[in-house]
Amino acid sequence: MTADSSPGAGWEIVVGLEVHCELSTATKLFCSCPNAFGAEPNTNVCPVCLGLPGSLPVLNARAVEFAIAIGSALGSSVEASVFHRKNYFYPDMPKDYQISQYDAPINVGGRVELADGSVVGIVRAHIEEDTGKTTHVGGGGRIHDADYSLVDYNRAGVPLVEIVSEPDIRSAEQARSYVNELRAILVATGASDGRMEEGSLRVDANISVRRAGDAEYGTRCEVKNLNSLRSLGRAVDYEAARQIAVLESGGRVVQETRHWNEDEGLTSPLRSKEEAYDYRYFTEPDLVPLAPPAAEIAAVAAGLGPLPAARRHRVADLVAADGSPAPVDQLTTVVGLGLDDLVRGAADHGADPRLALARAANEAANRPDDARALSPVAFAALVKLESAGKLSATQSKTVLAAMLEGGGEPAEIAARLGFETLGDAATEAAIDAVLAAHPVEWARYEQGDAKIAQFLLGEVMRATRGRANGKAVAASLEARRRN
Amino acid sequence: MPAVTESFSRDDVVYVARLARLDLEPGEVDLYAAQLASILDHVAAVTGLDTTDVPPTAHPLELENVLRPDTPGMTLDRDEVLAQAPLAESGRFRVPPILGEAP
Amino acid sequence: MSGAARDVPAGALATARAVRSGEVRAHQVSEAALARIAEFEGGLHCFNTVTADAALAAADAVDAAVAAGRDPGPLAGVPIALKDNLCTRGVATTAGSRILEGWLPPYDATVVRSVVAAGAVVVGKTNLDEFAMGSSTENSAFGPTRNPWDPGRVPGGSSGGSAAAVAAGLVPLALGSDTGGSVRQPASLCGVVGMKPTYGLVSRYGLIAFASSLDQIGPFAATVADAAALLDVIAGHDPADSTSLAVGFEPVSPRLDDGVAGMRVGVISDFLADASPSCVAAVRGAADVLGRAGAVVEEVAIPALMLGLSAYYLVAPAEASSNLARYDGVRYGLRVDGPDVTQMNGRTRSAGFGPEVKRRIMLGTYVLSAGYYDAYYGQAQRVRTLVARGFGDAYERFDVLVGPTSPTVAFEIGAKATDPLAMYLSDLYTIPTNLAGHPAVSVPFSLSEGLPVGVQVLAPALGEGAMFRAATVVERGADPQARGPIEPRAAKVAR
Repeated sequence: MTADSSPGAGWEIVVGLEVHCELSTATKLFCSCPNAFGAEPNTNVCPVCLGLPGSLPVLNARAVEFAIAIGSALGSSVEASVFHRKNYFYPDMPKDYQISQYDAPINVGGRVELADGSVVGIVRAHIEEDTGKTTHVGGGGRIHDADYSLVDYNRAGVPLVEIVSEPDIRSAEQARSYVNELRAILVATGASDGRMEEGSLRVDANISVRRAGDAEYGTRCEVKNLNSLRSLGRAVDYEAARQIAVLESGGRVVQETRHWNEDEGLTSPLRSKEEAYDYRYFTEPDLVPLAPPAAEIAAVAAGLGPLPAARRHRVADLVAADGSPAPVDQLTTVVGLGLDDLVRGAADHGADPRLALARAANEAANRPDDARALSPVAFAALVKLESAGKLSATQSKTVLAAMLEGGGEPAEIAARLGFETLGDAATEAAIDAVLAAHPVEWARYEQGDAKIAQFLLGEVMRATRGRANGKAVAASLEARRRN
Repeated sequence: MPAVTESFSRDDVVYVARLARLDLEPGEVDLYAAQLASILDHVAAVTGLDTTDVPPTAHPLELENVLRPDTPGMTLDRDEVLAQAPLAESGRFRVPPILGEAP
Repeated sequence: MSGAARDVPAGALATARAVRSGEVRAHQVSEAALARIAEFEGGLHCFNTVTADAALAAADAVDAAVAAGRDPGPLAGVPIALKDNLCTRGVATTAGSRILEGWLPPYDATVVRSVVAAGAVVVGKTNLDEFAMGSSTENSAFGPTRNPWDPGRVPGGSSGGSAAAVAAGLVPLALGSDTGGSVRQPASLCGVVGMKPTYGLVSRYGLIAFASSLDQIGPFAATVADAAALLDVIAGHDPADSTSLAVGFEPVSPRLDDGVAGMRVGVISDFLADASPSCVAAVRGAADVLGRAGAVVEEVAIPALMLGLSAYYLVAPAEASSNLARYDGVRYGLRVDGPDVTQMNGRTRSAGFGPEVKRRIMLGTYVLSAGYYDAYYGQAQRVRTLVARGFGDAYERFDVLVGPTSPTVAFEIGAKATDPLAMYLSDLYTIPTNLAGHPAVSVPFSLSEGLPVGVQVLAPALGEGAMFRAATVVERGADPQARGPIEPRAAKVAR
């Protein structure tokens, strides 16, 4: 089975993602224990999050604010909601039920616009509490061969928002892009630090396939244990290929939960979901309904800064004014690193937006912290020097690196580095020397071989150590040919 | 709403006992089935009542929006907590092997 | 009363007055209570744990406060017993179950802190039906409690230990919990005052949960005034309980004697249909007393209330099945080991829970399960609304309602133990108030063949004021022989 990034001909991959996001509150969802990573086991616990007899939950106001912020950022309708108990036994569950939201979640609907302009719908985003952590001892640390297990309840009760997407995702790449975008949105709201590798962002995938053109969805499998974007992408491709192979050989896809095995690069069954677990949801009697006032919802929404999609649009609009669209990957990089204000600020000061975007995405992005501290006026000055031909592209990049390293004004740095571009006379002299050294190539160029121009240009740039103005050289070569 | 007429069968007892993690002896299953069927028959009368347009009461109170500030408070002393544990090791609660993932 | 207690004033308010004024030392009061417990406890089994040393130390602290001129609190030096489902830090709290045998909570329930702050002295934890499920205290894993009026009979339940302790004069005050009548019914069977507050008036934080939307902690005392005094101490908003009422609570004690002139009293006729003749007679007697004191008394039919029992035995077990899931042998309490965690859970819970608890867990699991939720649990929640509406309509016309507390007087130990349904019927008249979240109190009124009969006064939510005023009048007109504290009776006939 090949891990192909596109399904076999005639097949369509359908993916919906469930993302659990830990909220950046100071305390847990239902008690005042610190919400902190890395503490000694069972030191951030109290009667409530240990589920001791007689304990009762009390809802964290900040967690609600964050949930509203997430809903606003996703374009959800923020509604009155209630909490439910989801009942099942598991050692990491102090009460052997989880307080969650069932049929009346706080956020309903919504959408996420990805960098490439595609849109993934959101079904809901609700509040729930996290479980404790188990470690398995013996048998290599895996659950199935363990001799016994140890439970730490520090994480039990940490606030989570679970975001459920519509099954709108059609490829592994789009799945990864969705998670990336969601993460950027969550970080932008301040609700989460979005660190997938640290477990503050967890992804489960629901994957099915269908014949292209089919209106009905195929049977889906849930895939768990996706600890990175790479795992997510690989798992989507593997699972889709697996299901296609089953169907093409006349079999039936069994609805089940599968575990992604990163080392072996495959999914394996965990349990059958044909018999859905009976969670016996009922309204949580120890909590009362949540009905955020419209004014509060509006205030939270107003307090959100522009979201990543909007920020990309703002830069893209500036760039596209010159007639062609902005490169998507540059937009993603610049917004992802928080350099869009730099680009827009430079444009405000007269810099060419397209060039500013390119320099920010390709060069400034190498030192993002320094880039974020860069003055838009100085950056604009640099870009303008390059646009005007006073600095070559190579020289411009060097000056930028110097600015990032130690600050300073671009004109001063250029002068210090001896970077004025070559004057016309010196440029012509350099061209003369190169043409004299490469008569064969010159002859081919004269006869119309346009490709050899690059070679000649390169030689002139080499000879002048990058100080020649590339455009001027090209223009001069062209003029000489015509004469 | 039509009254529910199924009674509490032996299979029902086995099912709920498993869900509720209660190990029952075979003899107990029959005994509980009989008792639960009799209780259920009595209370099942409510299932036949007309409750159209009657909303459920989840809480006797009309409270909403009970919240607390996001301020850290007292945690328990781990030794005091683990002293009550049936079995503890390395600061954690120790349990026999967990055979599968959470449902 | 035995000789050692003769210098000690009876009753909580009198005791507190005497301790606060320095006339009597709290140490002496506690000593006397502990002596009485030592004398009678063997024949009664009111207590699962007696905290003698801690009690004397607490009493000494009260005395020190009085001596230093500090306010020792409104219940200074009054011995109090706590139902063993109230968490007490460092003191065994069993909920009457083997599954929590030996468990020491690392924290105190809010009400425990309140009574201690008021100067009361906790002398021990009282026996109860396991996890508060029962009406006789026979479901305790540690043996039944005996009724001081007749040791061959039950004290009622589930707060039987607390009721009996007050009835036998071991303590003047006790706390119990009431989910379907578990304070009021044993109060009636033991000839003491027992009251369930408006839902949310008293914090549930630290009360081992049975049915969360029905549970309330309530006071036991020999007199209405003492019960009111204890309620005033434990009532009030608690930020640790999300279902705790935030409205200002007006203490009821100052206005107990305001009388009932013009008060509209409804006698619930539906409750008289199946009660025993002595219970019916007691209700009519109490109604007469109220009428002669100036109340306007009429009969009222509230047929919806009779749906309460069925709704209760769907809602309460459902919530309980979830509340009791945490007893899984992992973090505290009993563990019976197994080859894997699932088997460990199963063996632990089988060994740790008694039959009534298992029945209710299974019933509750069933009514919540997929396919049955709407027909059973969902329907029961709607019936709950019907009960509340029935009361609501009645309270348009009446300020308080009266009725029997229990259909019968105390029955013999073992008489109903093998018939769960017969036992459930004990709560017929108390359950509706839990479903509606209203307050109600049982006041001892008369004797029937030497056994106490209580009368129930019911009020709408936050109607404790009117309820207690009516209860005060009823108490005044009751048979003084019908109430505790009494000397515990010896067995009538060798069995």
